[in-house]
Amino acid sequence: MALRKPKLAVWKFSSCDGCQLSLLDCEDELLAVAGAVDIANFPEASRAVVKGPYDLSLVEGSITTPHDAERIHGIRRASKFLVTIGACATAGGIQALRNFKDVKEFISIVYARPDYIETLKKSTPITDHVFVDFELRGCPINKYQLVEVLSAFLNGRKPNTPPHSVCMECKERGTVCVMVAQGTPCLGPVTQIGCGALCPAYARGCYGCFGPKETPNTASLSAWWSELGVSERDLMRVYRGFNAYAEPFRRESEAHEK
Amino acid sequence: MKSRTVRVDYLARVEGEGALLVKIKGEQVTDVQFKIFEPPRFFEAFLRGRKFYEAPDITARICGICPIAYQMSACHALEDACGIKITGPIRDLRRLIYCGEWIESHALHVYLLHAPDFLGYEDAIRMAKDHPDEVKRGLRLKKAGNEIVRLLGGREIHPINVRVGGFYKAPHKQDFSALAEELKWARDAALATVRWVASFAFPDFDRDYEFVALRHPDEYPFNEGRLVSNRGLDIAIRDYDQHFVEEHVAHSNALQSRLHERNSYFVGPLARYNLNFDKLSPMAQEAARSAGLGPVCRNPFQSIIVRSVEMVYACDEALRIIEHYEMPDPPAVKIEPRVGTGYGCTEAPRGICYHRYRIDDRGIILDCKIVPPTSQNQKTIEGDLRQFVQTRLALPKDKLQWQCEQAVRNYDPCISCATHFLKLQIESE
Repeated sequence: MALRKPKLAVWKFSSCDGCQLSLLDCEDELLAVAGAVDIANFPEASRAVVKGPYDLSLVEGSITTPHDAERIHGIRRASKFLVTIGACATAGGIQALRNFKDVKEFISIVYARPDYIETLKKSTPITDHVFVDFELRGCPINKYQLVEVLSAFLNGRKPNTPPHSVCMECKERGTVCVMVAQGTPCLGPVTQIGCGALCPAYARGCYGCFGPKETPNTASLSAWWSELGVSERDLMRVYRGFNAYAEPFRRESEAHEK
Repeated sequence: MKSRTVRVDYLARVEGEGALLVKIKGEQVTDVQFKIFEPPRFFEAFLRGRKFYEAPDITARICGICPIAYQMSACHALEDACGIKITGPIRDLRRLIYCGEWIESHALHVYLLHAPDFLGYEDAIRMAKDHPDEVKRGLRLKKAGNEIVRLLGGREIHPINVRVGGFYKAPHKQDFSALAEELKWARDAALATVRWVASFAFPDFDRDYEFVALRHPDEYPFNEGRLVSNRGLDIAIRDYDQHFVEEHVAHSNALQSRLHERNSYFVGPLARYNLNFDKLSPMAQEAARSAGLGPVCRNPFQSIIVRSVEMVYACDEALRIIEHYEMPDPPAVKIEPRVGTGYGCTEAPRGICYHRYRIDDRGIILDCKIVPPTSQNQKTIEGDLRQFVQTRLALPKDKLQWQCEQAVRNYDPCISCATHFLKLQIESE
């Protein structure tokens, strides 16, 4: 019997589309990936839809509407493996900034007819709703890590995506520490690697796109930032970025909220 | 009387979530709704209370396909608020990174999203089986655009090197040498793209549109200029709010824009081309002429040719900038915040993207307004469908539906952007 190609599906929730675009941004690998799998559902790229079940579902975006909170369960039931891609799907995304405020006020700021808008009070990661097999971090994700995840799941192994901090990669690529050498506040010590330690290589501090690393000591880092003259309000803001609702960043931001 | 509907519940090959509903009663189209059900994300709300220098990184996240557009509009608006105008090599680098985004986004749309409609494929991957050389060319062209953004911005999606005032780090002149070689290939590939798409069959369709785009005295517009139209609009960017209004309709999470005095209008490559043909480089003008286009094109299906012409221009312009580049030192102008309101409008690949910010003396954003291109095209898209379907009622349903989708994709709608913004549904009652 000929081997059946695994069925890949890509699903979108509340997001900017950047993470699923990362798949199309694999210009050199795209046709090879498309040769190895049956792209069964990927509306951004194709109008063809193949019914489930799917061997691997990639989920982008966070849950922000009652309809989406239902829809994710159907996707989970139809998927052998479910992998979330990006900060929205794994931590709620930038739109989770509503979680710290009153969403009704937000609606009235943006929309003339709040009664037309249906939205939940909080923007939540996929794992709050269904079991997730693997979470790929980043705002946006790293496309090479995405190819690694696809390859790992299609071959039945664990993806190799290191959980250590951005600092480690600065050392590896030989970037002088921006915090020590220039006094530039940097979230690198508490942020998971994945971007390739980009910001320090461009002479700016890390701003936390890949979310908290394993066991981050955010309180200690905040003390260092304070010594550099960063105010309490700015400390609150800096943890309230694209991974604001990830537990360690959420707690640290709240510690500086007055 | 016989009634029917054409509906597409989840429009494919667009960025974001939208739907289309066309209602037909007898021989009359009775209703057209271009729906945007992409969930709202409230950027304008949570930007309140953030520092002005955070806006380029935050607003980039409105759209993963055109983050540069948001970064550029935010930077220009905030610099306007602080009374700073950027000139010289930093200004050139901003045009260069925008060239990268146009090439990347246009190549994505021309090859992966729109060409399959003309050649009858569900997607570019299926198209690649019969047209491998074209799809590979498209992917390499897209990569060349992304390579500009990556070199200048650090990464393709949500670049990290753009700041209010300029860049965190400027590249050395020699950093561009490999890129320049690839861009020479890309310019030839863009010319080949113009020839390829010009050979497609185009429906005979046009309407009397009002086109709106930036116009600059010396150059094809990216970041600066006046807002002009073919019906006499000629205003400074800061007067945008006096001439354009946003309306909230029940079927859309995107606010629809219209001109105060008239009504719907058309933004994007076709509008830019029609209002700025004379500012295209000679090579881009010649490519357009050889493809059979005059200085004005009113058939939105031919936007695929215009996008390809703009790729020729963007490669040409990028090469010009690289050739004359001298590294700016420092890479950014220092910005001191002051009380004020600033306005910015730049040409995203899909059309004008308007930002307005009011900040206080500490640089805290008090309120802001962001109008993405797709929400401005919504009413025009609905108008196109109304006229388009009316003349094609005899088509079988699946064919009509596909052609309606194609008519929407003419605009390269980016729904993720427009939400505050699509599904296709054609319904006969």
